[in-house]
Amino acid sequence: MMRKKFGALLAVVLAAGLSAACTSDSGDADQGAQPGGKVELSFWAWAPNIDKTVDAWNAANPDIHVTLSKQAGGGDIVTKLLTAAKAGNPPDLAQVEYQSLPTLVSNDVLADIAEQAAPVKDKFAEGVWQQVTLGTDAVYAIPQDSGPMMFYYRADEFDRLGLTVPKTWDEFAQTARTVRQKAPKKYLTTFSANDPGWFTGLAQQAGASWWGINGETWNVSVNDAATKKVADYWGGLVAEGAIDKQPMYTPAWNKALNDGTLIAWPSAIWAPGVLAGNAAATKGKWAMAPMPQWAAGENKTGSWGGSSTGVTAAGKNKAAAVKFAAWMNADPAATALLIKESSIYPAARDAQSSPLLQEPPAFFANQKDFYTSAKAIAETASGFVWGPNVNVAYDTYKDAFGKAITGRTPFSGAVDTMQTATVADMQKNGFKVAS
Amino acid sequence: MSTAVTGRSRRGTAARGVPYLFLAPAIVLFALFLLLPIGYAGYLSLRKVKVSGLGLGRNSRKEIFAGLENYRTALADPELWGSAGRVLLYGLTLLPVMLGLALLFALLLDRPRVRLARFSRLAIFLPYAVPGLIASMLWGFLYLPAVSPFTDLAGWLGLPEPDPLTGGSVFFAIVNIAVWGGVGFNMIVLFTSLRAIPGEIYESARLDGCTEFQLAVRIKIPLLLPSLIMTTVFSLIATLQVFTEPLTVRSLTNSISSTWTPLMKIYRDAFAQNDIYSAAASSVLIAGVTLVVSFGFLRLVQRQAFGGEDR
Repeated sequence: MMRKKFGALLAVVLAAGLSAACTSDSGDADQGAQPGGKVELSFWAWAPNIDKTVDAWNAANPDIHVTLSKQAGGGDIVTKLLTAAKAGNPPDLAQVEYQSLPTLVSNDVLADIAEQAAPVKDKFAEGVWQQVTLGTDAVYAIPQDSGPMMFYYRADEFDRLGLTVPKTWDEFAQTARTVRQKAPKKYLTTFSANDPGWFTGLAQQAGASWWGINGETWNVSVNDAATKKVADYWGGLVAEGAIDKQPMYTPAWNKALNDGTLIAWPSAIWAPGVLAGNAAATKGKWAMAPMPQWAAGENKTGSWGGSSTGVTAAGKNKAAAVKFAAWMNADPAATALLIKESSIYPAARDAQSSPLLQEPPAFFANQKDFYTSAKAIAETASGFVWGPNVNVAYDTYKDAFGKAITGRTPFSGAVDTMQTATVADMQKNGFKVAS
Repeated sequence: MSTAVTGRSRRGTAARGVPYLFLAPAIVLFALFLLLPIGYAGYLSLRKVKVSGLGLGRNSRKEIFAGLENYRTALADPELWGSAGRVLLYGLTLLPVMLGLALLFALLLDRPRVRLARFSRLAIFLPYAVPGLIASMLWGFLYLPAVSPFTDLAGWLGLPEPDPLTGGSVFFAIVNIAVWGGVGFNMIVLFTSLRAIPGEIYESARLDGCTEFQLAVRIKIPLLLPSLIMTTVFSLIATLQVFTEPLTVRSLTNSISSTWTPLMKIYRDAFAQNDIYSAAASSVLIAGVTLVVSFGFLRLVQRQAFGGEDR
């Protein structure tokens, strides 16, 4: 009887394996040019409605056909790209966040497209272009959008509680305390141990520099003075209970934004889309301002997110792939579609002055100058060099800050943990790291 | 004469080959989808990456032989031991509660003249049909104080607001999801074996003056032993592989680290930190432990469980 059970079990396991094998085969159809000179390109991306832009390209370019495959965003697509490249069948093009570029370049996933991309170089601001060259002579992607950080707040709640928009981080801390006094159920904002990209943007604003290249050696300083200052500032606010400490992007966070428990959010230019989706009840009640500054009179910000279009090293039609990537991110017709359909803030200079960006996003209908001020804020974003293992630093952030919050230990200690883990990982892999 | 002999021997060879012919599909699939991946994991666990210079040029990353280095690192990693300890505690909490409840429900449902037997059986079994991921998300909603109906309930009753996702209680929050999902399956296994016990045994026990309670403790449970052992082994293996529930709930709280269970650590190493080599080494170690634990347990209880069948 036992034998029969195990036999049945084995059959089930094998059947499952077989069906898995069958489904995984379908990915192979990605590659290759079709007869008659027609080029077939595969493209992985997650931006909402990006299929509209791809359709427009396909309609206008019958000889280069792009097939879009929708992906999960952020870190997931990086994992998938690394695996696909190792298996030998990556797509021809992929949407990649700036901070993932070094990881992908270091794993030989992305091609150097400096030659083919040269004509569009001038369409982008120098700081943006630097993100895709990694400070070298190579070019690894075409910039698509950027994510300068700004301060979002509930204008109605600020009025009701008699708050003014904080110009400095000192004022921000004071505002947070005032909120607690006047409305004990509310918090100004929350510190999220789940969003390393958010914290990195805050650190950038304070002048942090986590990676640097010196000849053939990497400098790693995740725990530099600026980062520690930012960490301990937020740690202090969490410790005294002036702000909340729940992670972002949870059902509870959505509810807190919706019902006004959280009344401000230091976020990036794409925040209106998130708020529209996650806090629909608050339409028209938000306003946007520049980030609070570390010193009065300063004018700086960091970046949270932003992505580019990379061409893979294993692709057979790189020239055609770059042509598509350049068109999508620099051609006015394409960027207009990206702005309209995918609600992204384009990286290309001309696109930033697009007539489509004269109107504020629907969720911020009251703030007529939304994109005008956004453009001014975007100019103040600090540059940043990303290292080859941002994934490790980011992953350690979640654990270390989660632990610091639950264990009530200083946040600067969590930053030290990030530094140790990042350096240890680089050394383990054989990178030369300056000590 | 000689022709007859050759004929028979030819038929003999053919006959001897037939079982292998029938087995071939199973063996091929087994080799392709089980042995080969296991072998590949073993191979990867002995390799590592070596980067030269900045690691940004073409071919600056090479895979080299690492010997047992990955195993040494894994065994010396306090994170792995921490996660192993957590899973041990998890198993010690989960197994008695889940199997105890499953046994209790099976025995209750097996009593004569139970009302709503079919409905109760289905209701208890239903959570098992909910995928672990969905179950974790459902429970996650119930655990978050801001969106949980239990918060309102506690408010009406004047109790403190429950917040199972902070501090040590997050552990029981995860155990609870597993109990909820696992009781039904184990109950069905036990209940089915109960149904397979011949009625005459009960009849004679009742004639000897056995009460329903005595019947359960003295007749049913001893006869259920093989099934209990089966369910324990399956639950043991599932415990060592706990992954979905903590990974899903993790995004809702600061209290679950990315290395909360051994499998989560492997997942992190392989997919968050892009180090498939040490992930492969840890996988091999955990597979080894799982084998030792499940076969060790079977060996320990073999006589009670299958002694009757062998003789």
